[in-house]
Amino acid sequence: MAKGGAGAVVTKSVGVEPRVGYSNPTVVQAEAGLINAMGLPNPGIEVYSEEIKFSKIILRVPVIVSVFGYSGEEYAAVAKRAALAGADAVELNVSCPHVKQTGAEIGQNPKLLAEVVQMVKAAINKPLIVKLSPNVSDITVPAHAAVEAGADALTVANTLKAMTIDAETTLPILSNVRGGLSGPAIKPVALRCVYDIHEAYEDVPIIGCGGISDWRDAVEFMLAGASAVQIGTAVATDIDVFQSINKGVETYLRRKQLGSVKDIVGLAQHK
Amino acid sequence: MHNTNNSIRTSQIVRIRTESPSVKTFTLNDKLCAKAKPGQFLMLWIPGIDEIPLSVLDAGNNLVHVSVKAVGDATMHLHNLESGATVGIRGPFGNYFTESRGKVLLIGGGTGIAPLLFLAKQLAAKTERLSFVEGAKTKEELLFVKELRGVCSEKTFVTTTEDGTAGLQCMVTTPLAELLEKERFDMIYTCGPELMVKKIFEMTEKHKLPLEASLERLMRCGIGLCGSCMIGKYRVCRDGPVFNAAQLREMQEELGVSKLGFDGSRIPF
Repeated sequence: MAKGGAGAVVTKSVGVEPRVGYSNPTVVQAEAGLINAMGLPNPGIEVYSEEIKFSKIILRVPVIVSVFGYSGEEYAAVAKRAALAGADAVELNVSCPHVKQTGAEIGQNPKLLAEVVQMVKAAINKPLIVKLSPNVSDITVPAHAAVEAGADALTVANTLKAMTIDAETTLPILSNVRGGLSGPAIKPVALRCVYDIHEAYEDVPIIGCGGISDWRDAVEFMLAGASAVQIGTAVATDIDVFQSINKGVETYLRRKQLGSVKDIVGLAQHK
Repeated sequence: MHNTNNSIRTSQIVRIRTESPSVKTFTLNDKLCAKAKPGQFLMLWIPGIDEIPLSVLDAGNNLVHVSVKAVGDATMHLHNLESGATVGIRGPFGNYFTESRGKVLLIGGGTGIAPLLFLAKQLAAKTERLSFVEGAKTKEELLFVKELRGVCSEKTFVTTTEDGTAGLQCMVTTPLAELLEKERFDMIYTCGPELMVKKIFEMTEKHKLPLEASLERLMRCGIGLCGSCMIGKYRVCRDGPVFNAAQLREMQEELGVSKLGFDGSRIPF
């Protein structure tokens, strides 16, 4: 993906101990996106540290390690190990919608979120990014809590909690029943989340995320207030999506006679 | 992104045929998977149990056939189903074997024979000569012998068993060594246990022959996103499951050495 034009890579989330995740089906196609409940499969930070070290040898772009835990102590311990292994930045997964006692269960509780962010901030000397959940009534509340606690940037947002049911068998399809919806279906929601936060806290760097699959989507997120964007689901269609987005954004800037993407960040807010 | 192939279609099992003491073939009604090509796979949902990747044995006339060996929880459940039971299908996924003319050799073992039989049927009329080597532990586990005899001539169909109950008592690589000394093949195709694939790859490399191998890994999403099926830099579900010799060379550190477990850690073979 780095070869395909990505400016940085974010790992899948890693925790203290290995986790096998849920049994299949773990990914289900929805009308305009995917619903996944992988269940945070990961080999644990000890084994993963070697992968991080290896990735630093072969990649020329920053490696952002996504971490999760079941307590502030765990988040901090994993973040510390990731930083030691060479992570250029750490992203806190406080927004996974389908694993109990971690992810969104922390991110939806501003007090708990602030505690976790503070503990991780104290444990590392690398930029700290917090990935927020859109499954809240007012996303500026957890955004405020994370920034006040020391987050250097926010990723906005994670998947929307969702499910599918099969009419023939009358059963939910995901083995975990509930999962997270990603892809074009959630783009307008994620875009609104970015807009809300940028409107309330103009100085907080935002990484936009949610249904971005072409340059126009990326530009829209920047216009709403994002300084960068993350892409996940669109990789299933085209692993070189990054390159085409880079080119498309460049062409857009030239057409609009703008020098840099910095000139369009939050532009939609200046009514 | 609306990927039609990836939407789950539920349908009733049309037919179940017993192939060996441990293998059954399931016939399903599915327009999309009926267009699958040799080497491609589908994801089969056993409602309430699991969803597993299966190589296509044959396809056409709105039907798709898959052969399943009972090896674990999901496959045991599948074996216990009767025709008429409802299952879910998505796919077809992955790439497929390239068509080759001239002299071709297909070699495999176990349920790896399924995609090779599909390929052999397609290649039979197009190739100058089609040779097939099939291996199994015992005579009972030698799959599709009748079908393969129909596709190949008696001379070019070789079977091996580990216990000597049918064909030659050896591994498939023994007759392969002789064949490679005798004849210059334009293409070799393989599918089966990974240690066998690795050995065959080493032999074709020695003779500087082209090879296409279908590989198997733990698979979850089937569409190139989750990373469960990585081997080297490749996603078996999306970049494979069929890999050529150049790609196999790039994954030698893992081919027949280790695979990823459900938690993403490396498990030695």
